[in-house]
Amino acid sequence: MKCPPFDYHAPRSQAEALALLARHGEEGKILAGGQSLVPTMAFRLSRPASLIDINRIAELDHCRAEGGRLRIGALTRHARFERPVAPGPTGALLARAAEHIAHAPIRTRGTFCGSLAHADPASEWCCIALALGAEMRVLREGGERLVPAADWFQSVFTTALAPDELLAEVSLPLLGPDWRCGFAEFNRRAGDFALAMAVTALRLDPAGHVAEARIALGGVAGTPILAETAAASLLGAPPTPERLRAAAALAAEGFEPTEDAQVPADYRRDLVRAMTRRALEGSLAA
Amino acid sequence: MNWTGRRLPRTEDPALLRGEGAFTADLAAGARAVRFLRSPYAAGRILSITAPDLPPGALLITGADLEGVGAIRPELFRFNYRAIAQPVLPRERVHFVGQPVAAVVAATPEEAEDIAETILLDIEPEDPVVTIDDALRPGTPTLHAEAPGNLVVDGTIRHPDCEAAFARADRIVELTLRSGRQNATPMEARAGLAAYDRATGRIRLTASCQMPHMLRTGIATLLGMAEADLQIVAPDVGGGFGQKMALFPEYPLLVWLARRHRGSFCWVEDRNENLIASAHSREQRHHLRAAFAADGTLLGLEADILANTGAFSCYPTTCGVEPLMALAEYPGPYRLPTYAARARALATNTCPAAPYRGVSRPVVTFGLERLMDRAAAALGIDPVALRRRNLVTEFPHVTPTGLTLDQASYVEALDRAVEAADIPAFRTRQQAARREGRYLGLGLAVFNERTGYGTPAFAARGMGIVPGYEVVDIAMTPAGEVEVRIGASPHGQGLRTALAQLAADRLGLDPSRIRVIHGDTDRTPYGWGSFASRGAVIAGGATQLAADKLAARLRRAAARLLQAEPESIALRDGAAWAGEASIPLTEIARRVHQRSEQLSDLDGFNLAETAQYDPGGTFSNACHVAEVEVDAETGHVRVLRFLVVEDAGRLLNPLIADGQVHGGVAQGIANALLEEVLYAPDGNPLTGSLADYLPPSAAEIPPIEIIHMETESPETLTGAKGLGEGGTIGAPAAIANAISDALAPFGVDITELPATPARIRALIRNAR
Amino acid sequence: MTKTPIRLTVNGVPHDIAVEPRRTLADALRDDCGLTGTHLGCEHGVCGACTVLLDGEVVRACLHFAIQADGRTIRTVEGLATPDGTLNPLQHAFWQHHGLQCGFCTPGFLMLATWLLEQEEPVDEARLRHVLSSNLCRCTGYQNILTAVRAAAQAIGKWTEAA
Ligand SMILES: Cc1cc2nc3c(=O)[nH]c(=O)nc-3n(C[C@H](O)[C@H](O)[C@H](O)COP(=O)(O)OP(=O)(O)OC[C@H]3O[C@@H](n4cnc5c(N)ncnc54)[C@H](O)[C@@H]3O)c2cc1C
Ligand code: FES
Ligand code: FES
Repeated sequence: MKCPPFDYHAPRSQAEALALLARHGEEGKILAGGQSLVPTMAFRLSRPASLIDINRIAELDHCRAEGGRLRIGALTRHARFERPVAPGPTGALLARAAEHIAHAPIRTRGTFCGSLAHADPASEWCCIALALGAEMRVLREGGERLVPAADWFQSVFTTALAPDELLAEVSLPLLGPDWRCGFAEFNRRAGDFALAMAVTALRLDPAGHVAEARIALGGVAGTPILAETAAASLLGAPPTPERLRAAAALAAEGFEPTEDAQVPADYRRDLVRAMTRRALEGSLAA
Repeated sequence: MNWTGRRLPRTEDPALLRGEGAFTADLAAGARAVRFLRSPYAAGRILSITAPDLPPGALLITGADLEGVGAIRPELFRFNYRAIAQPVLPRERVHFVGQPVAAVVAATPEEAEDIAETILLDIEPEDPVVTIDDALRPGTPTLHAEAPGNLVVDGTIRHPDCEAAFARADRIVELTLRSGRQNATPMEARAGLAAYDRATGRIRLTASCQMPHMLRTGIATLLGMAEADLQIVAPDVGGGFGQKMALFPEYPLLVWLARRHRGSFCWVEDRNENLIASAHSREQRHHLRAAFAADGTLLGLEADILANTGAFSCYPTTCGVEPLMALAEYPGPYRLPTYAARARALATNTCPAAPYRGVSRPVVTFGLERLMDRAAAALGIDPVALRRRNLVTEFPHVTPTGLTLDQASYVEALDRAVEAADIPAFRTRQQAARREGRYLGLGLAVFNERTGYGTPAFAARGMGIVPGYEVVDIAMTPAGEVEVRIGASPHGQGLRTALAQLAADRLGLDPSRIRVIHGDTDRTPYGWGSFASRGAVIAGGATQLAADKLAARLRRAAARLLQAEPESIALRDGAAWAGEASIPLTEIARRVHQRSEQLSDLDGFNLAETAQYDPGGTFSNACHVAEVEVDAETGHVRVLRFLVVEDAGRLLNPLIADGQVHGGVAQGIANALLEEVLYAPDGNPLTGSLADYLPPSAAEIPPIEIIHMETESPETLTGAKGLGEGGTIGAPAAIANAISDALAPFGVDITELPATPARIRALIRNAR
Repeated sequence: MTKTPIRLTVNGVPHDIAVEPRRTLADALRDDCGLTGTHLGCEHGVCGACTVLLDGEVVRACLHFAIQADGRTIRTVEGLATPDGTLNPLQHAFWQHHGLQCGFCTPGFLMLATWLLEQEEPVDEARLRHVLSSNLCRCTGYQNILTAVRAAAQAIGKWTEAA
């Protein structure tokens, strides 16, 4: 189980990295934390001719609050989020999810942006990005674009990112104190990818009614998905246990689950119902 | 000073803790790397195997190169066994995904893997037989012409009065259970390093194996070489659990390469290969019918045992090991007046089955203990009382399958466990939890574990190769240290420490003066190995005998030197004592070897002895109690508490014994909840990584409480009974019963392991 | 394939080696530096047998290329005992508490625990289990590994009963 051969490049600057990406196109791949790429290569399911290691690019190593958003550079490791990176619901949600991502020795290397680029359907970061409305800052030689989360995820392991592009930064809104965020996931063994997860965010108006609601599900379809009907059902009323339960039931029905030998479709729906309800309840209990 | 029975830290450990252990792959420097090409099809006909251009120095070996090399074909002379054969590399057909079909040799493992990818395997796929149902279906393809209907073993036992027992039963309880397929998953996968010694022309195979002597015999036979020209070394071995007992085709191929090409060749199995192509276990389906009297007395049992044993028959145990062990051991610790059973091994296009810690007994115990709980419910009798009524209490007891149960503590262990578990308090908690919509359950498993059985037991199975005895050579060096050479080959069980403790007591020496040497066919007497919970009993017994013989010689020499009677000499604290007078053993050793004119007329010129031991076997016993919480919404099971009351006779080293129980229980919990090898209908394995096949982490295993009882075995020299497998045997049943107890409000129970969350949810969903 | 010269400083000793870019840190330690204490149990990041410390951070050496570690410092199991072979307190705790059986997973657990005990925050039962769940052991059922690390944490005043 040894990786196929490749050429190795370790650019020191963003510009250098983009030039290399432009040169290598389809044949080149970014190496960030390596925590998904290297195992895939070890199984020889991926065989890039060149790896462009971004770990030495200081410009990409940042994580800061700015203009109401949290800006997460491409070298921000999962471990960074274990303690809240910002006050308020966003930082707390990230911290809550971080401990579910793999294990300590993987979190020291794996990057937030790497997870978004890799787009595993069961990635916690991807699910949160969709729920909160992340924005991806994508660079290529001589160009830059911003991609909203809604347009980012295309299918399993496939995003809007082109082969010559670098995901330089992901930004998340820093939600105010009127938001309640919830997270729940189910896996069979600690640190494994979840069989289902739910990320919820409710904004409560001063009367305690739900003014905005977002529910995202991970690990249950080819990409993270929004449970829009379920979220909408919560609007304009107080989030009572009955309403949360009803919303969870709607979430469980409103999608086409992926199925495999270990997880039949109806089981996936069971998990979505349970995780959605728990995420919602948890967000309000806190 | 009594060393035996102490919690002595192991002598094995410091080197391992410093990272200075020597596992097979650690020794590969300088060897060429071997990579096996494996069949991508479950069944197919090989049309051609071609290499475009091999880089210089690289080799491709196919079945066509192995002219004159035999096939692996173990024998069993009973139970309608059909001897089926596995070629080292096949020339005509492939029989499972992962079967080695060719080997590539290159300078490095990376390069070998690169080249392997370029080889064109042209195989015409055929219809595979994957499941038990596939194998039984009329008109299904036949894997081996020698085994029509894919039936490799078909054993029956039928007591004539069984039908009558059922006729007069007040209650008949039935149960069909399924046990999923598992992989023993030692953390070190298999590995072998074959090296040609130009000076002697011999080959040394260093391999991560459990039975070096057997491997030597097997390989020499296949290759038609002198056994004396082959040395097998089992260095540090990173776990085995049965998986490393078998003679796999990879090893003879390595030896063949070393002989043919007069060099060193190393194969280090990767995890994917280990998961799909080493050996699997436990895929069984049992149908049970039990006859009970109204008062709960068990009157008779019928069992139909089906085992999916994969594409080939493992050497030396044969694929009969699983079904036939189930056939023989179904009565368990219970008084069973009459029994009728049939056990079949079915060949399929899947990875071959081999023993895995506990072999069939985790499945048998799952069956019996689920049966007891079901019967208790059907009869309205408390499950503990039902077990107590039927457990064997008088020893020796002969089971309906002819096994003799020696002195044990079945009822006492149950009582201790029930008391320690505090069932009434649990029931209160359970009731309270149910009111909150939480489902707690408690499950028991009582079982016995046949351990330390020697030649007669294996011979009774009709095996072509009959393991059993162990031989120990012991010698004192001229400087007074003791070397104990054992044919057995431990790999983590701490036998080096435990045997040194035993010998230390017999010789009055500090264990630090004793070296136990194992795992090298050049340096140890022929023996079998570490499997079937036998190390402490058999190697232990032989060590004790050998040490006693050596002690007798030391006494005779000391008597001469101290001018006393041999009977009056005591060995202790490194010296021989006659009353107040003493002489250090080092001095005796020196004199025997270097001043032999003083002593050689007594016993000759050295201090070497040999002893062998071949016991009939003994049964340890245990009761496991599991407390679980089932999340009814997700089907997730959390094990809250796990309690083991274990009676393994006299414990040589309780620290090591506890470790064995811990590890076994963890594997049993994994068996019950997590681990399952899955195949697609076309025979493609779906669990080829540790992200799909799920050995548990520390987060899934609860604290394990152990209570030891020590009913010494009258059947073994050391009074010890084996306990290596017990944890694995009882835990699945205890967990299954606990989950069933938790799910009682839904009116469903567990008949399939692992009880995955998806399965549990399906049960709950369908119950509503 | 062409090899690139790199320098790894392992347990304080510089190793100047030449590696193909695809060579993992684990393979380089084992095959190029001759330090075979770091084991490979899966090569896909699940088992943790390959755990080492890279510039003080705990990592899976099978998921890191050696070439990426050029110029950096690495600590492996071989660096824990004193040069005369005396076990350090953590190793000693594993020994006394029977925290190993076959010993294959042991180097990974030792390095993981070394990292855990070097972190600022104190260790309680939940954190101990959470962090140690990173690595797999097939022999011990984890009981005595947890006991050993707990004992080592207590010995250096890092243990706390509850968070
Ligand atoms: C045992 C194990 C368990 C795991 N469990 C989980 C889990 O529970 N949840 C979870 O979310 N993840 C899990 N992971 C994956 C882990 O979180 C990875 O770190 C993450 O998926 C990818 O991040 P990375 O930085 O390691 O990316 P890499 O592995 O370096 O790269 C992954 C892919 O993204 C591309 N890429 C990376 N960064 C960029 C960028 N900035 N711009 C463009 N392309 C880029 C790469 O080219 C590659 O194709 C697990 C991994 C392991 C080994
Ligand atoms: S070998 Fe690196 S995690 Fe298993
Ligand atoms: S001690 Fe054997 S795997 Fe941990």
